[in-house]
Amino acid sequence: MAADRSLLLSLVEEFVSGLQDSKAKDTATGVKEGQFTILQLVEALGPSLTSSQPHTRARGVQLLSEVLHECYGTLTEAEVEVLIAFYENRLKDHYVITPPVLQGLRALTKCTVLPPGSAVAMLRSLFQDVHVQSLMLAERSCVYNMLINLMETREAELKGLGTDFVFGFVQSMDGERDPRNLLLAFKIAKNIIRRGYDLGKFTEELFEVTSCYFPVDFTPPPNDPHGITKEELIEELRAVLTGTPKFAEFLLPLIIEKLDSDVQSAKLDSLQTLTACLSQYEHKDLAEFLEGLWTSLRREVFQTSSERIESAGLAALTALTSCLSRSVLNFDSEDSLRTFLDLVLQDCKHHLCEMDLKLVWPSAKLLQAACSASNRASHIVTAAVMPSLMDQFSSRTQCSHRRTLLEVVLKFIQSVKTSQPLDNDERVLLAFRESLCSMVFSALSETNASLQITATSMLTSLAQQTGLLLDSDIELAVDHLTKLVLTEEDDKVSLAVVECAGALAELHPEAFINKMIPRLKKEIFSEPMYLETNEVVPEKHSHHAMRQRSLATLAAVSTQPSVVWESTPVLLEVLSSAHTGSVNFSVEEVVSACCSLQRIAEQVQDTEETGRCFHDFIIPRLLSLALQASVQGEGSSGCCSPLVEETVLCAMVPVISTSCSRLQPKLAGETASKAVSLFLHGDVSFLPDNSIPSHVQLLKKHDSLSQSHMVCLLMGCVCSLPRNVEVPEIDQLLSQLEEMSCTCSHPLPYNSAAKCFAGLLNKHSQGDFLDSLIQRTIKRVCTELDSPCSPARIQAFTLLIWVAKALLLRYHPLCTTLTDKLFSLLDDADLGPMAADGFSLLMSDSADVLNRSCHADVRIMYRQRFFSENSAKLVQGFNAAPQEKKPNYLKALSNIVNKLPKQVQVTELPALLSLLLEALSCPDQGVQLSTLSCLEPVLIDPPPALIQQLEALVSRLLALISSPAMSVRIASLRCIRALSCFPEYEILPFRARVLRALAQPLDDKKRLVRSEAVQARGKWFLLGSPGGR
Amino acid sequence: MSVGGRLENANPVIFQRSGERLMTASEEDEDVHDPIDDREIFDLIRSINDPEHPLSLEELNVVEQDRVKVNDVESTVGVEFTPTIPHCSMATLIGLSIKVKLLRSLPDRFKINVHITPGTHASEEAVNKQLADKERVAAALENSSLLEVVNQCLCTKSI
Repeated sequence: MAADRSLLLSLVEEFVSGLQDSKAKDTATGVKEGQFTILQLVEALGPSLTSSQPHTRARGVQLLSEVLHECYGTLTEAEVEVLIAFYENRLKDHYVITPPVLQGLRALTKCTVLPPGSAVAMLRSLFQDVHVQSLMLAERSCVYNMLINLMETREAELKGLGTDFVFGFVQSMDGERDPRNLLLAFKIAKNIIRRGYDLGKFTEELFEVTSCYFPVDFTPPPNDPHGITKEELIEELRAVLTGTPKFAEFLLPLIIEKLDSDVQSAKLDSLQTLTACLSQYEHKDLAEFLEGLWTSLRREVFQTSSERIESAGLAALTALTSCLSRSVLNFDSEDSLRTFLDLVLQDCKHHLCEMDLKLVWPSAKLLQAACSASNRASHIVTAAVMPSLMDQFSSRTQCSHRRTLLEVVLKFIQSVKTSQPLDNDERVLLAFRESLCSMVFSALSETNASLQITATSMLTSLAQQTGLLLDSDIELAVDHLTKLVLTEEDDKVSLAVVECAGALAELHPEAFINKMIPRLKKEIFSEPMYLETNEVVPEKHSHHAMRQRSLATLAAVSTQPSVVWESTPVLLEVLSSAHTGSVNFSVEEVVSACCSLQRIAEQVQDTEETGRCFHDFIIPRLLSLALQASVQGEGSSGCCSPLVEETVLCAMVPVISTSCSRLQPKLAGETASKAVSLFLHGDVSFLPDNSIPSHVQLLKKHDSLSQSHMVCLLMGCVCSLPRNVEVPEIDQLLSQLEEMSCTCSHPLPYNSAAKCFAGLLNKHSQGDFLDSLIQRTIKRVCTELDSPCSPARIQAFTLLIWVAKALLLRYHPLCTTLTDKLFSLLDDADLGPMAADGFSLLMSDSADVLNRSCHADVRIMYRQRFFSENSAKLVQGFNAAPQEKKPNYLKALSNIVNKLPKQVQVTELPALLSLLLEALSCPDQGVQLSTLSCLEPVLIDPPPALIQQLEALVSRLLALISSPAMSVRIASLRCIRALSCFPEYEILPFRARVLRALAQPLDDKKRLVRSEAVQARGKWFLLGSPGGR
Repeated sequence: MSVGGRLENANPVIFQRSGERLMTASEEDEDVHDPIDDREIFDLIRSINDPEHPLSLEELNVVEQDRVKVNDVESTVGVEFTPTIPHCSMATLIGLSIKVKLLRSLPDRFKINVHITPGTHASEEAVNKQLADKERVAAALENSSLLEVVNQCLCTKSI
């Protein structure tokens, strides 16, 4: 005990007179561990606290405060009471003692056992004895933290202080300049407002003391360790200013004043603050400022040069209108919403009669912003505006005017849509239903393309509002759309028509089933009216285009299951008629039919019904048609069905894979097992047409090319199944696929077999079987590749790439064996360039297998992982390779880097930069192009390493602008344009040189090169020039 | 009414922008020589910003494709522009912007002639004379506040 006492005395002595700051920590540890009590500490401090030297007293208080800071949790209520009394008293002491006193008080505010009344007492003496703004930064922050702590725990007591608390706070923060403290002060102010402290007569003072920072103008110093942003300050201050309607009479004039500012960010902040405060306000808070606000908002929208300010202004107008709409109408009060809207209408409406003048759109936007605020506002605005717009539409003759009118009306319809009322009688546009319909239909039958396009989107908008289109209108609309699909040649119009048909068909399927599909079917199957003469070629062309449009429309309208059941038979009939030759369809048309089927599979809802349609009906039919065609193609040598064409087969694959991956996993599993038994055992029993000879052998090596092509359909089916669906007889399937991929001589079958093999490997469960299978494949592939005269080297190489990709995606450990083999092939005389291209396949998503939509096992960031594991090997290989093989390495590198996410590119670039610059001066155009395309995105936000190499980069890029290949010239000019966004002081030295070099491509023989050169040169001219950047 | 307080013509007539030039197959063919044509010159100048509106010269119909004439073989370009109102004080500035844009974007073999559409401006002759005078154009571009306005007209729109 005595030892403890002397230890304490020595600690105190060393801290107070020895000025060793670390002793405070030791003392605190002693108190926490129970070695000595606070009382003993105070006793030991006795002499220092009563010293006549203010600095010694300050030191003594500081030790006590720091100890309290560590162990405020262990204090008892009695101790706290005494300590508070002591500290309050010390506030009156010499000014050097104030900082440690404040620290001590802050520690005490965190105590849970604060005796009642002490918080109030503490604040009273604080506000009375301390002038906060003459304190240093840290002490001011101490005061704010005390307030925050007390507001958290002693809210009721502080409210008891009444307006004194607000007054005390206002005085403490008045004149605060440090952003860190401002954030704290704003937080306190926000709490005062949100938690309902009594502002009393100090409302205006509290507003003044905070609003003097509005609009916030703050640029953090570079390398700011505190990380305070302008946005943070704006948010906090906005929360204070908009927190209570009591501020309305002060805030609104301030906003009106600040909107006049020339600083764009001040305008934007004012508009956003206005929008925010209006959600709290009522109409009576606004009444006297309405006119001023409207004048400012109108000016911002009418004369704006920035879209952000315009949209902020429109949002503020919407908020203002909806605030007024919330007001409850009395008999005697005036209707403030109507008064305000009258003001808006009076200023904007007349501009809607001048269709080709500039202010049409700003006025329309203002009215639409007001219109979208509430149901009542919609009624008032549309009633005032619509009749005149409709009159003009029927009286004007110029197409551009009519189109503008139509677009304005369309925007009104869309702005009304956002405020859908619940009650039927109140639907806004009901009164104009008929005129709107006649407007749309008259515009649809115009010949002007842009008028028609606007009309289709208007039709869509009308259909989306219940009750605006009657059944008869829908039928009329469907007639119009059908006619346009069949006759309209303009691409943009027919695209818009197809889109509109899709949207309408989702809402009104019956009309499309009854009217559109039968009509389209009839037209698709009609033969073009021409004889074998030359003069009707254009007609043949237009007939083909009509079929294409009809097929696309059939896909677009098929979103509802009922429509799918009607449209897919038509598409299948196209395929079967093409096969039998009963109707003449070109290969392209057959491919379009397949694309339409695929699109339907992609967009329908996944229900039992649609699943059955695809798995029981469409897929067997497709397989059967393809099989018939291939069997026939083998027999007769003459006319072939278009279904044996590779392009058609390749178009069927996505139909099958999309339906197997998306629709009804259980049914998909059945489909897969049927397909496997078809391909392994020639089981044709499930196919709808039984004219096929049984026991076809589709995976065995045979002479029939067309039958071996069928393997791609198998791939579509088994590789896209969800991972929990099992593929039957997978061992046998895998070994036959491997055999086929290594022996078949034609690219489509061996590619498909390799892809199918890889797709199955990727999803196969982990285990010894998988490992031994992979080992076997690796051995086989390597044997083939290692014998230079083997006929199947390319096949083995293809299998290698796909298997490597399958394993890379799932992080299988055996993957490295395969990728190492691939790296060694870069030195191969024949396969070197192919191996370099293979890396692009390895790194990119493939469209038909091994992607996420096929449920493949794709780990995140596999590209980064591959890159970080292998980039060193690549650099090493490059350095060791003989000169003529180096391009292969550069190409491989640029293929890999190209596919990496930008963040990784930027971090990895410094290591690879010299290699990439080397690649730019490599004579191979392919390497140049892929390096340029990988540099361009990096240049937008250049890493420091790049800036150091600027000289080398610029001279290599400038050398490439006279390349013989147009694409290289274009890509290098793009990079040079991107360079102009580098920090000005870095690139300014190159300006004259670049401008001189860019004069030459201005006279390039290709227009595309010239236009890139013009853009790049324009950018470089602006550099370092007044008003430029 | 504060609208129109600062602008000479607050509510001008707006014209529709023409779309992007359609790409033809021959433009992608390495071996074909594409001559510089009227549309290409028009594309260079149509996106120049008006000095007082956030609109392009094309939208204000100050420049039109019909009023652009180019002869690639003889290396001459002639551009006529039409101020929105006959007393437009910005006419010289607009002409200067067009001229500077063409000087920066065309090979130096071209002789560039920019002038006001006959009969559309009060002091047509004086403006034409200024724009034709090489020395005066060069001197104007030495003036940094003038160059600043020209550069702002030539900046592609941001925000």
